[in-house]
Amino acid sequence: MKLFWFILFSLTFNTIYSQNKDLDESMKRGSDIYQDFCITCHMGNGEGLAGAFPPLAKSDYLMNHRAKSIHAIKYGLQGEITVNGKKYNGLMAYQGLTDEEVADVMNYITNSWGNKNNMMVTVKEVSEIKK
Amino acid sequence: MLIIISKKFSLTLETILYAMKKLIFIIPFIAIALSACAQQPESSVKAEDPIALTYTTEVIVSDIPIAWGLEFLPDGSMLITEKAGELIHFKNGVKTNIEGVPEVYNRGQGGLLDVKLHPDYKNNGWIYISYASPEGEGTGGNTAIMRAKLSGNSLTNQEVLYKAGPNTTRGQHFGSRIVFDNDGYLFFSAGERGDHFVNPQDITRDNGKIYRLYDDGRIPEDNPFVNTPNAKKAIYSYGHRNPQGMIKHPVTGEIWAHEHGPQGGDEINIVQKGKNYGWPVISYGINYDNTILTEITEKEGMEQPLFYWVPSIAPSGFAMVTSDKYPDWKNNLLVGSLKFGYVERLVLENNKVVKREKLFEGIGRVRNVMQAPDGFIYLGVEGKGIVKVIPN
Repeated sequence: MKLFWFILFSLTFNTIYSQNKDLDESMKRGSDIYQDFCITCHMGNGEGLAGAFPPLAKSDYLMNHRAKSIHAIKYGLQGEITVNGKKYNGLMAYQGLTDEEVADVMNYITNSWGNKNNMMVTVKEVSEIKK
Repeated sequence: MLIIISKKFSLTLETILYAMKKLIFIIPFIAIALSACAQQPESSVKAEDPIALTYTTEVIVSDIPIAWGLEFLPDGSMLITEKAGELIHFKNGVKTNIEGVPEVYNRGQGGLLDVKLHPDYKNNGWIYISYASPEGEGTGGNTAIMRAKLSGNSLTNQEVLYKAGPNTTRGQHFGSRIVFDNDGYLFFSAGERGDHFVNPQDITRDNGKIYRLYDDGRIPEDNPFVNTPNAKKAIYSYGHRNPQGMIKHPVTGEIWAHEHGPQGGDEINIVQKGKNYGWPVISYGINYDNTILTEITEKEGMEQPLFYWVPSIAPSGFAMVTSDKYPDWKNNLLVGSLKFGYVERLVLENNKVVKREKLFEGIGRVRNVMQAPDGFIYLGVEGKGIVKVIPN
């Protein structure tokens, strides 16, 4: 019986641990992508710029519209959106990121600056979002 | 009684300890904030709203996501570069995509960038384009300059005149405006490709440079580093970050360029032979995470800008107004702001900025500004297209 609990415990622990490890590594890569491609508009703490670039930190749009957010990063975004009650109507250019880079940067921005995402974004999920 | 006193005492002690703990926690932030302030003197002249604006804007060519570059052919039609890789010929109200445009590396800030006609285009037909190219050494892309001719709707006689290397997959800082000076030399800029500790100060490497070539791509014999071992011989000036606006001064013939700083520290510079413009050794900017990039703003052997912007406006596109269409703007500089979505008008006196004004605030990210042969100012506005500035 002891052995059973031990195995169950280590299995659970390992699963959680490896998931966390995957997420950590993805977020680390995502942070580099963020510095490279996103920070000039969305700023160092994801605060954006009032009237021009929407915030990512505690952003209702980002946290509630997962597929739309992935779509925006993957293909660019044009047209009006509402973020935390404020309207934005700029152009976010297509950035030419790979599906892996999109997943990484999504994992980074949805787990930074007070955001928390319990379901890791996978490359498969990004690849299934079509234009 | 004693118990009560000691309880009181310990409470006070606890409060003090608590306050100290808080203070210790706050001190680094105060230090960062203070040093950041010390490091970032704001621009000496602030941008104002115009008192009375006698001009308005009109969209001339619509539905172009990012109209990066613009040129006017002798018949008055337009050549427009769209960042994703299309060269658009706009004539009599119709957009035609030119065929045979080279493959561009459309990633981050890279893509199809500037377009410029040879000063003697009427006789030789040469068109120059700058673009992020995946050709050459390494994965990714880097800035390239090509000249070609327009035959019908095709880009023919293509010659790559320069390709910066090595390639990198980073998203930042390709430059890359093209300008001819009065002697017919071709100048172009290439940003430092996001590798600021490696490229801008090293003249044996590309990137973070302004280059000078003959119009056919040959390297002028009197370029500043032709005799320096291992130097890239096409370099004219170095220590740049990301120049996305460059003009020939209409009166003096000098080459003037502006460039993006990091957070704060955008600059206007007069580009001079062999000079070092200091990035990233000196800068008026700080990192995006508010940490200090460099403690110094001046150093011997490094040029001071003619003007610097703190906070950054993210400048792109550059023009000096000389036409008689805008009498009250004569000899003023116009600069597009990607960050705040306006056109900045800068009034100069003896090469010093004495006044700044925000024009057309809210128009959108202004990627390009130029004075056309017809004397009118045209803008490239992201998400819109080509916009003309007209009297009210």
